[in-house]
Amino acid sequence: MARVTLNKKTKLVLSFLGIALILLGSYLADEMIPASSNMRMFVTVLEKGAIYALVAVSMNLLNGFTGLFSLGQAGFMLIGAYTYAIFTIPAAKHADVYMYFDGGAIQWSIEEALSGSLGIVGHYLGMLIPIIGAGLLVALIAYLIGIPVLRLKSDYLAIATLGFAEILKAFFQWNTLGPITNGSNVLRKYATYDNSIFVVLIALISIAFIMLLINSTYGRAFKAIRDDEIAAEAMGVNLFKHKELAFVISSFFAGVGGALLAMFQGTIAATPFTTTMTYEILLIVVIGGIGSVTGSIIGAFLFTACSEWWLRGLDAGTWLGITSEWFRPGFRKVVFAVIIMLIVLFAAQGIMGTKEFSWEGLLSWFKNLPANLKAAPAKNKAKAQAKKEAKARDKAAKAQAKEDKANSAAKAASGEKLFEPLPVYDHVVVFKEGK
Amino acid sequence: MKPNRDIEVMRLSDITMQFGGVVAVDNLNLKVHKNEIVGLIGPNGAGKTTAFNCITGVYEPTNGSVTINGEVVIENYPQGKMKDTYKGRNQGKYTESKAMLPDKVTKLGVARTFQNIRLFKGMTVLENVMLAMHMNQKQSIFGAALHSPLARKEEAKMKEEALELLKKVDLYENRDDMSTSLPYGKQRHLEIARALATKPSILLLDEPAAGMNPQESDDLMKFIGRIRDEFDLSILMIEHHMQVIMGICDYIYVLNYGGQIADGTAEEIQNNPAVIEAYLGVDE
Repeated sequence: MARVTLNKKTKLVLSFLGIALILLGSYLADEMIPASSNMRMFVTVLEKGAIYALVAVSMNLLNGFTGLFSLGQAGFMLIGAYTYAIFTIPAAKHADVYMYFDGGAIQWSIEEALSGSLGIVGHYLGMLIPIIGAGLLVALIAYLIGIPVLRLKSDYLAIATLGFAEILKAFFQWNTLGPITNGSNVLRKYATYDNSIFVVLIALISIAFIMLLINSTYGRAFKAIRDDEIAAEAMGVNLFKHKELAFVISSFFAGVGGALLAMFQGTIAATPFTTTMTYEILLIVVIGGIGSVTGSIIGAFLFTACSEWWLRGLDAGTWLGITSEWFRPGFRKVVFAVIIMLIVLFAAQGIMGTKEFSWEGLLSWFKNLPANLKAAPAKNKAKAQAKKEAKARDKAAKAQAKEDKANSAAKAASGEKLFEPLPVYDHVVVFKEGK
Repeated sequence: MKPNRDIEVMRLSDITMQFGGVVAVDNLNLKVHKNEIVGLIGPNGAGKTTAFNCITGVYEPTNGSVTINGEVVIENYPQGKMKDTYKGRNQGKYTESKAMLPDKVTKLGVARTFQNIRLFKGMTVLENVMLAMHMNQKQSIFGAALHSPLARKEEAKMKEEALELLKKVDLYENRDDMSTSLPYGKQRHLEIARALATKPSILLLDEPAAGMNPQESDDLMKFIGRIRDEFDLSILMIEHHMQVIMGICDYIYVLNYGGQIADGTAEEIQNNPAVIEAYLGVDE
């Protein structure tokens, strides 16, 4: 196995090139692909995939790296989405959006105010500030809820966070809060981005931050808590502080992800932020590999591509040129469920396990590919041979066992004792093997 | 190195630990002096590990106090329901209730190892040791993530110190191996190295020689003596291997059924009738 080794500078240059390529690609894709084209789906997948990747990585920080099984992600996204939307609806449109609540309580928009005074810079700043604000608000709420909840362990933590997310959903639909949240009606007409590069860039920066954090001394402390809480504590890691840190940071990025999702969808309501959404994100984490950031990213894009694009035909009647009456609305989910079952059964580690993508790994894989392909037939043959031998051995053992059984039965029938009991000492009976 | 019997680094006073109706540790009084290796022995279930857990803050003792470097850091007395059900001695002698979490105890300079090895299995040998240095870092979480100058400096220093430590405990060649892929004896060494990385003044070893053959435990004995000298430590160890205990300990305490039945030097312990009785039973 030849391994490619690169120096630090090359790796850095490669990474920057890769990121630049992704950004350029997402910009051009959104600009060039016409709205009528079938390939427009590509842009949808790119945007939604980036948002889901961010949320999945933030969930992985908790579940995969700190070992806290939290299921509150959808709830935190909900707060993020609402916070963003509420503060960026232009003043003129309030009467229309909040039609059941007399135009609502808040009559201004951060985005409008800033773009009025700063122009195009203000336009982007006016979107960025509510996004970060949404993250900060979610972080604050996570901090407060974390104080009681993070004292719970494993499943109990999952139940508590899940319950909290459900309560949030009901809370945002509460009629009394209508002037702010618009009750159970949708929020719409708020400011949104013009090109997918905006979403991809924010997701990239956020994921990079989480990745750097995981590779720092704090990341080591998180992993130590995951591996062995008692030992981590004995090594001077303040359990509560570090759990709280992981929880707050993860929630911050869930809030940012929620805000981006609001922008992506164009309208927002509390109802879609269900447990199902949390499970979707959890699924991405599991498919990608619990404890792998790059795994979560790959998983997010695969998941969105399948659910939004590749498997769409299963709902519409024709898929890959096959037309069947089975392919009607809802069938996509059946196929999806089967795929998930297969993954969990046969590849429980997910795509990446706990490994991370590396340029060296990728280049080595390509370098070794011809050799591996050449060796594959021989390897398969050896595998088959080994299997055959194991089978033969099994068969022989079975035959032997059968023979032994027959022998002992014959002996028993002829009255021969298999064991001869020795004299009994107190309560101890000792058996000696027969002659 | 000779133990300095004038400086007392740790003292347990009347430590009693009662779970429900069971007294696991009964009125334990123990002293550790500077650079002394103290052994804590006793048959299975005598309460040795429970005593360790009381010192390190895993449990809160029911009664008694723990003094580290002259300062009372843990103290408790029977309260609430325990007031009536308390079976131990010296009730009413202690009136304060002071608890301390394990990480705080470690910060005070008391590091420990575990009876059943507890390494961080998803981390390499080097990372295991570097983790133990985490508590002394000054970098903030943002500085750490954004690689601020301070974070970079601290990270480099941490790595350098960890590698140096690994050299001292003969694990330098294994630095990039996963901790769980090490052979058993080396895992024990790594656990001790990890404890040393917290820069302790007192080291608590919970059965360091468990599962080792005579040759390995002989090596371990020399190793413990060496680190005591090199790191200027006082050591309190639980051990079942009499060969190790008798060979290395300056002073020995013997527990049985939670109670303290004897203390003294190795020679005194070997000839103590109560100890012989606890270990071998009496002739009837």
